[in-house]
Amino acid sequence: MGTLYEDIIDCGGEIFGEEHLATLRECVQCGKCTGGCPSGRNTALRTRKLMQMALLDMREEIFNSPELWFCSTCYTCYERCPKGVKVTDVIRTIRNLAAKEGHMSVPHRMIGVYVMKTGHAVPIGPDQMKLREAVGLDSQPPTAQKHKDQLEQVQAIFKATHYDAMIDFDWGTMTLKGMDKGGKK
Amino acid sequence: MSEESKTYAYFLGCITPNRYPGIEAATKKILKEFGIETEEMIGASCCPAPGVFGSFDMHTWLPVAARNLAIAEEMDLDIVVTCNGCYGSLQEADHLLRGNPKLKEETNKILGEFGREFKGTTKVNHSIVVLHDVIGLDRLKEKITKPMNDVNVAVHYGCHFLKPSEVRGHGSSDDPHLLEDLMQVTGAKTPEYKDKLMCCGAGGGNRTADAIQSLEWMRQKLVSAIEAGCDCMVHPCAFCHLQLDRGQEEMENAYGIFLNFPILFTTQFIGLAMGMSEKEVGLDQQVTKMPDKLLK
Repeated sequence: MGTLYEDIIDCGGEIFGEEHLATLRECVQCGKCTGGCPSGRNTALRTRKLMQMALLDMREEIFNSPELWFCSTCYTCYERCPKGVKVTDVIRTIRNLAAKEGHMSVPHRMIGVYVMKTGHAVPIGPDQMKLREAVGLDSQPPTAQKHKDQLEQVQAIFKATHYDAMIDFDWGTMTLKGMDKGGKK
Repeated sequence: MSEESKTYAYFLGCITPNRYPGIEAATKKILKEFGIETEEMIGASCCPAPGVFGSFDMHTWLPVAARNLAIAEEMDLDIVVTCNGCYGSLQEADHLLRGNPKLKEETNKILGEFGREFKGTTKVNHSIVVLHDVIGLDRLKEKITKPMNDVNVAVHYGCHFLKPSEVRGHGSSDDPHLLEDLMQVTGAKTPEYKDKLMCCGAGGGNRTADAIQSLEWMRQKLVSAIEAGCDCMVHPCAFCHLQLDRGQEEMENAYGIFLNFPILFTTQFIGLAMGMSEKEVGLDQQVTKMPDKLLK
């Protein structure tokens, strides 16, 4: 584990290229990100502060801030930053690092459960099958939820990347460990 | 493949087929009306949501998206989508994988375990771009049988249709016009309103992180459209649709206020203007009810 900045470069760099994330160094704290942030006008998220905290290596403070999860990834700051900081991708990378260190809420972890169970973050149920029939469509679309062999491919990806371990997924109960007994880990 | 292709692989995602199938029905019907076929993508999964899985683990997000792209490549077809989340995820994954051979190799190592491969041979298209650029405004206009002349539409682009503009390629994210063009073809007016470019509030796991807080973004957006004299909101995103339509019911449950501001996906609105019924495009299945002026 290096500094938070180094970890951002390592983790996000593999996906976006290191220079993409290194734009964080260019931040001059002008506040244009915060000024146009739709979250900032409703929540305590201050994007400028988040960038500065990342540069000051305030790992624990960032990872424990609920505001980190109040960015909707709208990319307004990304588009407007006069210094070309790839703000939204910096935030997504910080969230990846936070998640890896266990800072992930149960509702957020449950989204992964739905995908591992059905192939979809928003699965279909009997009521929605009726809605489909009412507009003249097959009751179930031919997606991963319908085809077991296809769903197994999606599950294989989550196993290969260890996403299952990251969220404490139990393949026996097909939910989060402890959740089947009504518990909340 | 090129713009000439008249059959698309329809990437359904989650919300369109599993919550608002009227969007799927309307889109298929309109494309068919112009001689464009859609084929099902057998075994496609969640895109997976760019701001959600992209926020949790990009190393999982990418191969899942790549697998979906590979399915369309095997069909030898370009993709069409009806959700900005699907658009964002699939287009971004395609863009990153094409530009980074090492990333492509690592991703294909995972896909290879079950015999699939990302090659980079499909193109991800948004359905509203197909309407605007492939069918074209002139041909669309010929099929409008129920003009929406007295309707004021609040256009809502959603975030991931326009941004990041360097990947999306639809021009300025501060001054878009594609949706306005499509609405004007139907005769509708598109008044400017304060929060036109504001996010619906759902993305990036924000809705899941704090539903009530995320509904406040939606409330502000809808109120600013109502204040500008708009009759309904038209957008290109199934995920925004869930937030803006279902969210109004959730807001009623939380605050006892029901705005009943009609929410329509672009192809549902154009479907009505082409003479389709409310039922055919699934608008009778929603939380928000359509006013008579949209259905006459």
